[in-house]
Amino acid sequence: MTTLNVLILVCILYVVFLFAVAFAADRAALRGRGSWLRSPYVYTLSLSIYCTAWTFYGAVGFAARSGLEFVTIYLGPTLIMIGWWWTLRKMVRVGRSQRITSIADLISSRYGKSNLLAVIVTVLAVIGTTPYIALQLQSVTLSFAAFAETDLTATTLPDMHSTALWVAGGLALFTILFGTRNLDANERHHGVVMAIALEAVVKLCALLAVGIFVVWGLSGGVAATLDRIDASAIAHFEVSGSRWIGLTMLSAVAFLCLPRMFQVMVVENEDEDHLRTAAWAFPTYLMLMSLFVVPIAAVGLELMPEGANPDLFVLTLPLMDGRDGLAILSFLGGFSSATSMVIVAAIALSTMVSNHVVMPLWLYFSGGAAMVSGDVRHVALLARRLSIAGVVLLGYVYFRLSGGGTALAAIGLIAFAGVAQFMPALMGGLFWRGATRTGALAGLIVGAVVWIYCLFLPSFGPSMVLPQVVFDEGLFGLHWLRPRALFGSEGMDPVVHAVLWSLLLNTAAFVLGSLLSFPQPVERLQGAQFVNVFDHSGTPGGWTGGMAQSEDLLIMAQRIMGATEAQALFAEAAQRQGLAGYLPEPSPTFLQELERELSGSVGAATAHAMISQIVGGAAVSVEDLMAVADETAQIMEYSSQLEAKSQELVRTARQLRQANEKLTQLSVQKDGFLSQISHELRTPMTSIRAFSEILRDTGDLTPEEQSKYASVIHDEAVRLTRLLDDLLDLSVLENGQVVLHVQTGSLADLLDRAERAAGVQGGTLRVMRDRMAEAVALTTDLDRLVQVFINLIANARKYCDGQPPILTIRTAVVDGELVIDFTDNGSGIAPAQQAVIFEKFSRIGQHKAGGAGLGLAICREIMARLGGAVSYLPGQKGAAFRVTLPLSARMAAQ
Amino acid sequence: MSAERGPMFLARRTYRLRRLSDAARMLPIAGAVLFSVPLLWETEGVRTTRAMFYIFGLWIVLAVIAGVISARLRPTDTEEDPKGSQER
Repeated sequence: MTTLNVLILVCILYVVFLFAVAFAADRAALRGRGSWLRSPYVYTLSLSIYCTAWTFYGAVGFAARSGLEFVTIYLGPTLIMIGWWWTLRKMVRVGRSQRITSIADLISSRYGKSNLLAVIVTVLAVIGTTPYIALQLQSVTLSFAAFAETDLTATTLPDMHSTALWVAGGLALFTILFGTRNLDANERHHGVVMAIALEAVVKLCALLAVGIFVVWGLSGGVAATLDRIDASAIAHFEVSGSRWIGLTMLSAVAFLCLPRMFQVMVVENEDEDHLRTAAWAFPTYLMLMSLFVVPIAAVGLELMPEGANPDLFVLTLPLMDGRDGLAILSFLGGFSSATSMVIVAAIALSTMVSNHVVMPLWLYFSGGAAMVSGDVRHVALLARRLSIAGVVLLGYVYFRLSGGGTALAAIGLIAFAGVAQFMPALMGGLFWRGATRTGALAGLIVGAVVWIYCLFLPSFGPSMVLPQVVFDEGLFGLHWLRPRALFGSEGMDPVVHAVLWSLLLNTAAFVLGSLLSFPQPVERLQGAQFVNVFDHSGTPGGWTGGMAQSEDLLIMAQRIMGATEAQALFAEAAQRQGLAGYLPEPSPTFLQELERELSGSVGAATAHAMISQIVGGAAVSVEDLMAVADETAQIMEYSSQLEAKSQELVRTARQLRQANEKLTQLSVQKDGFLSQISHELRTPMTSIRAFSEILRDTGDLTPEEQSKYASVIHDEAVRLTRLLDDLLDLSVLENGQVVLHVQTGSLADLLDRAERAAGVQGGTLRVMRDRMAEAVALTTDLDRLVQVFINLIANARKYCDGQPPILTIRTAVVDGELVIDFTDNGSGIAPAQQAVIFEKFSRIGQHKAGGAGLGLAICREIMARLGGAVSYLPGQKGAAFRVTLPLSARMAAQ
Repeated sequence: MSAERGPMFLARRTYRLRRLSDAARMLPIAGAVLFSVPLLWETEGVRTTRAMFYIFGLWIVLAVIAGVISARLRPTDTEEDPKGSQER
């Protein structure tokens, strides 16, 4: 037989181990090498605080009383968990983006940071959780007592109250030690979470071990166990539909609303991605936890003596069989379930109590001066520690008062129904923008009153709090107000009855209140932030800075966050604003950021109130909101305008660059042109001058010599004139001042004219033509076109070095354009020069033919005027020019 | 309201993701319905063991499906329809 002392020793060793784990995890997190602390499995395991001692001991008791119905308590959370995409994802996102510290904080933030709402939620949560904590203490003391009964060496049974007191004290110490290390509730309690995860493993292993022992050890296999279940009192699946569905729904709602679940699920959430693992892992955990419950209950009912407490079968079955080791493991499992629940619940409640009750009160009584004179950080921490102690103490007091008589499961369900009252406000807040503070207040109050009246007070038993006459005759003798048969709904299960009516009336009040009231501006902002959290994870507007004194803000922040953190935050903000030192401009952005940081420590409502005290005039009017909205719209408009402008600028810059390049080229061309022209003018001028000087100064010239010199002068003068004519022609053409004389003629005639004018007859050049194709009538400036042809033919005559030189003129109509190719059989033009032949003064090789190099330039200009083009055609085994002319200028021949 | 709707048709990947999130939404509803099925069985004579097999089997199946779905779905794959919940 295990002595109590061994049990106590094991217990103390286990607690020491938990302290060590929590301490090590905190240290590891502090040193930044605790990546395993952030595993999704740790998150999943931490969720298992849903399974309290109620699950560990109570589920078997529940099953022993009403069979498989116990499973509804786990089906609800399973459904919520596999439906994470609906709600949990949104809750976690909102919790992270708004730096939510508790469920009271979430509801208060959503409804315009209303502290009244937070207080109501907090009070309701404390009322709902206190019995639950008492339940945990009770289960630990009961399990101690179960051991003590079997311990023959113990002379006296241990005092139940003192056991509970020891447990409560130890838990409070642990929670204060690891739950209030840092003030910022948003910072993860790595130590606590790690200890809880460990306890989750212990309780699962313990329950599975007991289950395996019962199935294979006591019953002799699966088949035998099934037979025993079939033979037991719970062999038949007899559940009422209303309880089955009602309890599943209630447990689902409670899973979302329980402050401790909110704490581990949302506040301690490290990474939204962890939900993905928890989505399947947590249902699996719950399934394993409930797998052996019915077998244990059935076997316990069969083997244990009549009147044995079924809540303790998990413990008493191994004890009865003399399996002390297993019994101790089982005890540790129950102990783990109880302690982890109390720890997290105490943290969650203390955050709520200190942020929403103690801090506002303290701020109120110490007045605005406290902002700059008191040590808020110290006060907040103290408030939280006292709250933890207070919450645990309250649980103990409840345990003492209630005497530990009621069945465990009953208390659990009552607590569930209490916190379920948060549901309409919570879900409405997350999914309905029309939900208002008035509605939430109305719903919460109505729900809480109905719950207290129909379930909480009657749970103490008739004549304890509510006199028997109220049960029988209703409140004030109104028959329809009987707490167990509201509005005449008789014969319902009390829990289902209370849940149904409280949630119905709660939701009705919430919806009606929301529909009939008009939300405050802050509420509307927050509503949009919450409901559309996936669209914009931005912050609500509202602070119009400028009046705030950065220094005051820093002083206040230091008191709340601690000097180093606050200074770092301010310095960073200042740096972002491009300022040196610690004092940033109190811009709205900065104020919002600061408010969020502070809300992590003292809750959104308090943070809002504190900043508003310094900033002054924090109330946001609709006009402000409109202004903010307008401003945003304007900024967006402005930024798109800016974008358009900058694109335009880029375009302009590109155009300017191109223009500049062109100008540079033109300048080079102009220089080249000037030097060319002076050269071209100078050459004939020089000979004219020389020969005219000879004529003037030399007396004895023969008439032949005179005639010869005079004709040289004449020729040079003609050449000069031609050059000037060409230049003039080109300038006229380039300036677009040319007047076209449109006439109609045949292409063949034009080519004939050009051939004659180019002096082909009598020369060596042979011209090959296709007269059939040339039977095309043209309506254009024929003289100008002929000028082009003359130029091209003359060029061939002058430069073609073929033996004998042949010029082929081909005419064709391609794509509605008249195409005339002038191809000779000479050596053609080198590719490098092809690009420049149409430039002014470009001449190929030595100018043996004495041209000025303007011909092709003029041709190009003419063709451009006529709407066509002249271009060099490469790859023709000789120089080839292509003249194209749109046929629109052509009249139909014949 | 119709001013800035999303595109009417989506790329294959986005389409898959949306259907996957639909499945994630449907799963708890299907689970709730299926878990209520034992209530429809004839009240007399249904053995607890049979109900246990059904419920725990369904439990495992739901966990597996949830695992398959959430392995492909990330919380950041968000495509919440903001228009539907707009305050107007």
